Amino acid sequence: MRIIDATGPIDDLWPRIGAGEPLPEAGRALVERDRLGEALASGLELGLHLPPDTEPADIEPHFGRLAMISVGFPSFADGRGFSIGRSLRQRGFLGRLRASGPVIADQFAYLLECGFDEVAIPEEVARRQPPESWLSQSAAITFGYQRGIAGRGSILDQRRARHD
Amino acid sequence: MYRYDEFDAAFVAERTQQFRTQVKRRLAGELTEAEFKPLRLMNGVYLQLHAYMLRIAIPYGTLRPDQMRMLAHIAERWDRGYGHFTTRQNIQFNWPKLKDVPDILDALASVEMHAIQTSGNCIRNTTSDPYAGVAPEEIEDPRITAELIRQWSSLHPEFTFLGRKFKIAVTGSEHDRAAIKIHDIGIQIVRGPDGAPGYRVLVGGGLGRSPFIAKELRGFLPKADLLPYLEAALRVYNLHGRRDNKYKARIKILVHELGIEEYARQVEAEFARMDRAAVAAPAEEVARIAAYFALPELPARDTEADAAETRRMAAMEPEFAAWLEQNTAPHRVPGYRAVTVSLKPIGGAPGDATAEQMRVMADVAEHHSAGELRITHEQNVVLPHVAEGALFKVWRALRAEGLDTANKGLVTDIIACPGLDYCALATARSIPVAQDIANRFAEPRRQREIGPLSIKISGCINACGHHHVGHIGILGIDKAGVESYQITLGGDATETASLGDRTGPGFGYDEVPGVIERVVDTYIALREPGETFLAAYRRLGMAPFKEALYADH
Ligand code: SF4
Repeated sequence: MRIIDATGPIDDLWPRIGAGEPLPEAGRALVERDRLGEALASGLELGLHLPPDTEPADIEPHFGRLAMISVGFPSFADGRGFSIGRSLRQRGFLGRLRASGPVIADQFAYLLECGFDEVAIPEEVARRQPPESWLSQSAAITFGYQRGIAGRGSILDQRRARHD
Repeated sequence: MYRYDEFDAAFVAERTQQFRTQVKRRLAGELTEAEFKPLRLMNGVYLQLHAYMLRIAIPYGTLRPDQMRMLAHIAERWDRGYGHFTTRQNIQFNWPKLKDVPDILDALASVEMHAIQTSGNCIRNTTSDPYAGVAPEEIEDPRITAELIRQWSSLHPEFTFLGRKFKIAVTGSEHDRAAIKIHDIGIQIVRGPDGAPGYRVLVGGGLGRSPFIAKELRGFLPKADLLPYLEAALRVYNLHGRRDNKYKARIKILVHELGIEEYARQVEAEFARMDRAAVAAPAEEVARIAAYFALPELPARDTEADAAETRRMAAMEPEFAAWLEQNTAPHRVPGYRAVTVSLKPIGGAPGDATAEQMRVMADVAEHHSAGELRITHEQNVVLPHVAEGALFKVWRALRAEGLDTANKGLVTDIIACPGLDYCALATARSIPVAQDIANRFAEPRRQREIGPLSIKISGCINACGHHHVGHIGILGIDKAGVESYQITLGGDATETASLGDRTGPGFGYDEVPGVIERVVDTYIALREPGETFLAAYRRLGMAPFKEALYADH
């Protein structure tokens, strides 16, 4: 597993707690959805991993307790996570947002625009796609057309600025 | 017509450059074939039976002469001298080499064109009415809305990896020439309670193996809400559409499984919650786009003299008279007509045009149609602004290249998908079936006697030839290694949309022209004066046709 954000490779600050593993005493933990109740009761700094069939509204009540959310992408072709990310941001989630799974460098710009901060990709993908590709792909298109997204600016607003 | 500004130009140039590096990264092994596939699809490169196919976007079917000439150039330089206009108002080239594709995309960018999202599981080229801006009854030019959607849907970060392809069509007229009811989302410009234009939004139409006519999602949407509403509709689909089975992944299945009420409830909830102002296009931007679609300045003509001259030529040239009658339509400006150039010569491949034909159409458009051409979903070309006094000249110029077939909307104006001749998914031939039927009904007088009749042919259950909505639909399947053709009757893609009914067991390849002839003869025998095939079928039902087809079978 490698973590890459808009600046390049970074350390993984979020130990993921496997099924059946006990929660740590203190510090950070990235837990699965089915252990959210137990985790909320702890004093841990919490990250929550969500499968791609998650209803973003269900997570909203816990935003205050979550420092990080990881959204699962079972394959790069399964784009549900893009909408989950954007929904979480639109509902006001301000913590760290991670796309977790075999996404590809060519999707990095879209992920950043949907509100993700970082990707956690398998070694196999990281070996083929060096950090330079992630950074260059994220900057391949200077301005997009959409408004109300994170990241790069909108052509529609650029046009308006030109007239002002 | 829309012109790129520096932002559009930079966007397309960067996108082309990006694809160049993606091809390199694929060749270097950085991207696997599986990873590269959706990237090439989203740039229009599709792997067919014999070779790669490049599908180029013609947004809402509108083209300028210099763009048409570039298509001719591409056909000659990188393909086999012709192109194929599709039911999606696009053009396909069937024989380009993958290594040439970045150069072709550069050539396209030089005339403000691209191949973005013409394939793949994303929002496809937005289609529209070929008579946009021309039709007398139109409320507003639908291309303003379609261009706004083109921009919004281009590389949309949230909706570029959908469960399946997503097609949007827009009409500005009550009479639907854009087939909005068979699209994932269909948009009709309507007048609201206060008379101001807005949108009626339909959802969940589509053909393929489970055909559905779209249902109404919103009876009236204020214009300013267009993009946030589409975003809400797409988000609900992207989150909840099925991913387990690609044949159940289109939005029509989600709408069918949830029910339109529940889907609408979710969309409305999302729409109510979101920051609509942050997503909507600013009014200045809509006005900027709208200005490009103002009616071109059409010189005032001496309409009486024009009409007299045209009548005189028609009296001398019966073939011109037939073409005038069949292939021209009313224009909102008196003294002008919209001309349909048929790409359905008898015995030809529907929708194909040679480079030379493209150039002739470009020249005629430049001199006689205010520099505009339209591609129709019936795979023909429209010259939208021809002065009545120029019609004879236009006809003669088209005739020199075999573009004068007077069959718009008639039995030989057949829609056919590429079928077994090109398509890797095909189970049967499609183009040769169209050719055989056209040859059978070649006689122009007979075609006119039969009247409006649309035959649509698909070479497999994916229904790219829209057979479900042909007045007569033909679906080629494979039955134990032999091509078999199922016939449907009574389909309709307009505002009175309906899906055709199966006649019964299928027929062999050689039988098809005879079968169609028996259907047509039955109609002729039973019709009331002035009754079209579709109207007659709706009145008579299947029984007499079934009888004619199977009685001694
Ligand atoms: S209907 Fe089938 S054969 Fe025809 S183009 Fe579509 S996929 Fe190919």
